[in-house]
Amino acid sequence: MPNPTTRPGALSRIMRSVVMACAAIGSAMAVEDGWTNPVLDKFPTAAVNTTGLATGDHWVTVGQLHSVTGTMAISETGSVEAERLAIKQINDMGGILGRKIKIIQEDGASDWPTFAEKAKKLLIKDKVGTVFGCWTSASRKAVLPIFEKENGMLYYPTFYEGLEASKNVIYTGQEATQQILWGLDWANKEKGAKTFFLIGSDYIWPRTSNKIARIHIEKHLKDCKVVGEEYYPLGHTNFNSLINKVKLAKPDVIYSVVVGGSNVSWYKQLKAAGITGASLAAKKQLLLTISTTEDEVRGIGGENVEGFFACMKYFQSLPNENNLKFVAAFNEMYKDKYAGKAVVGDVTQAAYLGPWLWKATVEKAGSFDIDKIAAASPDVEFTGAPEGYVKIHKNHHLWSKARIGEMMLDGQFKVLAESPELIEPNPFPEGYK
Amino acid sequence: MTAKIALALLLAASAGYSWDEIKGVMIMQGFAGLSLFSIFLLMALGLAIIFGQMKVINMAHGEFLTMGAYTTVFLSWLCESYAPGLLAWYFPVAMILAFFVAGSVGFLVEFAIIRHLYKRPLDTLLATWGLSMILQETFRQIAGARETSATMPEWLMGSLQPFEGVDIPINGIFLLGASLVLTVIVVINLYYTRSGLRVRATVMNRDMAGAVGINTRMTDRMTFALGCGIAGVAGAAFTTVGSISPSAGGLYIVDTFMVVVFGGAGSIIGTILAAFGIAQAQSVLEFFLSGVLAKVAVLLAVVFILMIRPQGLVVAKIRK
Amino acid sequence: MNTLYRSMLGGRSGLIGLAILAGLLLIVFPLLLEPFRLNMMGKYLSLAFVAIALVMCWGYGGIMSLGQGLFWGLGGYCMAAFLKLEAARNIASEAGTDQIKALSTVGLPDFMDWNQITELPWFWYPFKSFPLTLALMIVVPTVIAYIIGTAMFKRRVGGVYFAIITQALCWAMEILFVTRQGWTGGINGITDLRTLLGWDIRTPSAQSSIYFMTVVGILVCIVLGRWLLNSKFGRLLVAVRDMEDRVRFSGYDVANLKTTVFCIAAAMSAVGGAFFVLNVGFMSPKLVTIEPSIYMVIFCAVGGRMSLIGAVYGTLAVSYGRTFFSEEFPALWYFLMGSVFILVTMVFPDGLAGAATRGVPAAWRWLTRNFREPPPAPATAAVKEAQP
Repeated sequence: MPNPTTRPGALSRIMRSVVMACAAIGSAMAVEDGWTNPVLDKFPTAAVNTTGLATGDHWVTVGQLHSVTGTMAISETGSVEAERLAIKQINDMGGILGRKIKIIQEDGASDWPTFAEKAKKLLIKDKVGTVFGCWTSASRKAVLPIFEKENGMLYYPTFYEGLEASKNVIYTGQEATQQILWGLDWANKEKGAKTFFLIGSDYIWPRTSNKIARIHIEKHLKDCKVVGEEYYPLGHTNFNSLINKVKLAKPDVIYSVVVGGSNVSWYKQLKAAGITGASLAAKKQLLLTISTTEDEVRGIGGENVEGFFACMKYFQSLPNENNLKFVAAFNEMYKDKYAGKAVVGDVTQAAYLGPWLWKATVEKAGSFDIDKIAAASPDVEFTGAPEGYVKIHKNHHLWSKARIGEMMLDGQFKVLAESPELIEPNPFPEGYK
Repeated sequence: MTAKIALALLLAASAGYSWDEIKGVMIMQGFAGLSLFSIFLLMALGLAIIFGQMKVINMAHGEFLTMGAYTTVFLSWLCESYAPGLLAWYFPVAMILAFFVAGSVGFLVEFAIIRHLYKRPLDTLLATWGLSMILQETFRQIAGARETSATMPEWLMGSLQPFEGVDIPINGIFLLGASLVLTVIVVINLYYTRSGLRVRATVMNRDMAGAVGINTRMTDRMTFALGCGIAGVAGAAFTTVGSISPSAGGLYIVDTFMVVVFGGAGSIIGTILAAFGIAQAQSVLEFFLSGVLAKVAVLLAVVFILMIRPQGLVVAKIRK
Repeated sequence: MNTLYRSMLGGRSGLIGLAILAGLLLIVFPLLLEPFRLNMMGKYLSLAFVAIALVMCWGYGGIMSLGQGLFWGLGGYCMAAFLKLEAARNIASEAGTDQIKALSTVGLPDFMDWNQITELPWFWYPFKSFPLTLALMIVVPTVIAYIIGTAMFKRRVGGVYFAIITQALCWAMEILFVTRQGWTGGINGITDLRTLLGWDIRTPSAQSSIYFMTVVGILVCIVLGRWLLNSKFGRLLVAVRDMEDRVRFSGYDVANLKTTVFCIAAAMSAVGGAFFVLNVGFMSPKLVTIEPSIYMVIFCAVGGRMSLIGAVYGTLAVSYGRTFFSEEFPALWYFLMGSVFILVTMVFPDGLAGAATRGVPAAWRWLTRNFREPPPAPATAAVKEAQP
C-alpha cells in the first residue's frame, strides 16, 4: 500500500480482488504465450516488488503520459514513438529482470489538470512501475507534487529551465546551463560575436534561459552585451515588427528561444524579410537557437532555416554507431508511417533514453521499488545512447555533451562543434540567479 | 500615423541611427502593419458573411482555414511527388481548390447541422464547437499531429529590395494582393449580383424574401458555403507565412471574431476598417512596446471602443 | 415556512430533484467510487458552480458570458495564493531540505524566487490571512463583474457582442497572468500546494472531506439560486431576457438587474474556482482562458440552461465523458465528444433537463400504456401550462 491511511471501502476491496483475478489470468496467459521468466528464481516477485506495484512474475507495467491530442501533440508524438521503440527493444532482449514491459498509455490532452488527473490514475489505480512522460514544464510542474506524494517515478525527456531536482524524477534532457553556456562561448570564440538579441516565447523556459544567457554574456564573456530582449505570447504568428527591431539593432547573434507553432511563422517571416543564413553570414552575423530541432524543421521547411545554428546535445546526423542503429531501428518500427524518412530530434532521443536508463537502474538495484531505484540512479550509465555515453548525476540529471549544428536544406543538421567533455548538470547554477 | 513617425524619429535619434536606416525601418514597419491587416482581413471575410450576415456563430471557422491550408499542403506534396515541373505554378490552383473543398464541406455542414439551428443562434456556437473538434481530429488522422508545411514556389519567397536597407517580403505583397482581390470579389458578389441581392434580401427579411419567390433555404446554404470557401482560400494563403497543424485553427478564432464584431456585424466595410485598425495598432505597439503587452493593449482597447460603440464601427441598417 | 419551502426548495418536485442529487453526490458516489475517482468528481463539481451561475445569468437572464473562466480563475488564484504562501512558510520551517537549498529568499513562493523577486509584492500581503483571502475571493470577482456589467449594460451591449467582449477580457487576463510570471507563476501557474491552515489537503481523507465540502457548496448554491429565481427578481430577469424593452418601459432599471445577476454569477464562479484549487492542488492560467470558458457554457447547455440541477448533471456528464472517452479511446475521443455536442444541441435543445422532463413522462406513459384505458390527452396540456 502506498499510503497506510488509505481505508478502501467494501466495493473497492471487491474491485481489487477482481483486478487480482485479472492479473492472475493475465500472467497465466503470458505463460501460455510461451513466455516464461528465465530469472524468476533469482528475482522472485516478492523480492523485487515490495511496495505493491503492478508487477508480476512475467510482466511489469509502466505508464506513458504524453499529449496525444491538443496543441502539444505535435511535439510529443516523437517522444511517444521513441519510448515505445526502446520498450519494444528491451522486450525483445528479454525484458527487465526477466519481465516484459506492458504499457498503459494515457493522454494528457495538452491540458495540465488532465496531466495531473492521469498521473494520479497511473500511480494510484494502475500502480505502474514508472512513468515516461510530460513535455512542457507546466505539465511537469502539475504532476510533480503527485509523483512526490504517491512516490512514483517519472522519466522526463525535454530540455528545460532547471531550478528543480526531485527524487522522483529523472531528467533525461538538458537543464538550461548545459545547453546555453557552451553554445554562447562557441559563438563568442569561434564567430567573434559581441552583441546578442534575445528572443523568446513568453513562458518560464525561454525567460529562464534568456536570464542565464544574459548573465553569462554580461559577466563572463569579454566586452559582450545584450542589445535587445523580446517575448511573444505562445502561438503568436506575426513577427514582422520584431524582425524590424532586430534589423535596427544589428546584433551579431540573434538568440532564439521561440517554441512550438510560432517557430514556423518566425522563420518563414525571417526569410521573407531577407534574413537568411547566407545573408547573415555575409554580415558576420548568425542566428543561434536552443529550441529548434529536426522535428520543428520538418514543419518549417529546410529552405527557411538553411545556414542557421542550433545548440543541442543530439542531432540525427551524428555519425556514431549507436545513433546509426537507433535511427535505423526507428525507421524500421515506423516504416508504415514515415516510409523510411523518419525525423528524430533532440527530445525524441532523450525520450528514447528513458526506458533504457530505467532498465539499467532496476538491474543495478535488483528491484522495482521506487525508493531503491531513486537511490540507485546516480552513476547509472548507458553506453548505447545515440548521443554517445550518458551517466546519471546525483541530482538526477544526465551528464551530456553540447553540440552545435548548422541547419541544412534537407532539414538535417551538420555537426560543427562538440564540447570536449561531458558537461555537468547544474540545475541550481550559482551566480546565474 | 504622425505620432508613429514622430516616435520613431525620437527613438532612432536617441539611439544614433542614420536617416537611411530610420527610413528603411519605417517603410518596412508600415508594410508589417499592412501584411497583418491582410491576414486579419482574410481571416475575417468569411466570418463576416457567416456571422455578420447569417448570425451563425461558427466556432469551426478556424478549422475551415486549416482545411484550406491542408489542401494546399496536399497539392504541393502531390506536385512534388508526381509533377515537379508544376511546382512553380501549383499555388493559384491550390487556392481555387481550397475554395471548393472548404466550400463543399461548408455546404454539407449547413445541410446537416446549421439549417436546424437558425432559430437558435447561440446554439450554433455549441454545435460548431463540436464540429471543430471533429474536424481537428479528422486532420490529425489524415495528416498526422505534427506541423507540416507546403513547399513554396520560388517566386513567392524572398523579398523585394526597392533600395538599400529595405526588404519588402514578397509573400506579404502576395497576401495583401490576395486579400484585396478576395474583398473585391465578395463585395461585388454581395452588392452587384442577383445572388448577392438574394442573400441581402434573406438577411433583411426572411419571410418577405420567401414571399417574393427567393429560395431562402438554398440561399442560406450557398451563403454559408461561400463563407467557408473564403475561409479555405485564406487558409491556403496563410501557408506562405504561418504554420499548419490540426489545432492551428484555434489560434485564429478569437482574433477573427474580434475583427468582425469590432467592425460591426453585417458590414463588410466595417470588417475592413476593423482589420486595418487592429492590425496597425498591434503592429505599432509591438514595435514600441513588447509583443505581449501589445496584444493585451489591443484587446482592452477593442473592448473599450465596443463599450462606446456597442454595435461596432459601422452599423448596418437592418430592420429587426 | 410554506413560502420558504416553495421558493427555496422548489416545492415537491423541486425537493425530489434536490434529494436525488444530494443522495447521488453524498451517498452513492462516495460508496461506489474509489478515492481517486471521487477526487475527480470533486474536481468536476467545482466546475458545476460555474454551470449553475451560467444557468442564472444565461438561461434566465439571457446574458451569455464566454469569459466566465475569468471569475472562476480569479477565485482559484486567490485561494491558490493563500495556500502557496502557507506552503512557502512551511518550507522555510523545514530547514535543511533540498528545496530550501534551491531558494535564495526563503519564505517566498518558489516561482517568485526564480524570477529574482526578493520581496513579496504588496498585493500578495492580504493572502497571508485566511479570512481576508475568503473575502477577496468573493469581492475581487464581484467588483470586476460590477465594473464590466455597469460599463456594458448601461451602454446596452448585449447578446453576442457581450459574449465576444467577455471572451476578449478572459484572453487578456490569461496573457497578463502568463507574462507576469514573477507575480503569478506564469504559465506553470501556482503549483505544489500542500496544506490549508496546517491541514494536509493531499491525503485521501482530506480529499474526501473536500469532496463533501464541495457537494455542500453546490447544494447551497442551488437552493440560493432557486430562491433568487423564484423571487420577483427572478421573474424580472426572465422578462428582461424575453422582452427587454418592455421591462425598461415599465420603469425598471434593466442595466441594474443584469449587473446584479452578472455579479452573483461571478461570485458563485469564484467559489467554484477556490474549490477547484482545494480539489486539484494547483492553479494555472490554462484553466482561465477561452477553451475552458466555452466548456463551461457547454456544461450548462448539456444540462439544460433553465435547470439549476441540470447544470450539475451536465457538468458531470460532459467532464466524465471527456475522461472516459480519453481513457478508453485515446485516439478517437475528439470524434466522440464532438458528435455528442452536436447531437445534444440538435436533438435535446433543452439539454438533459429537457430530456428528463419530456422524456421520462413519455417513457412512463409508453411503459404503462397497456394498463391505462384512454390516453391522458389533457395531461400534456397541463404540463405545457405549468412551464414558465
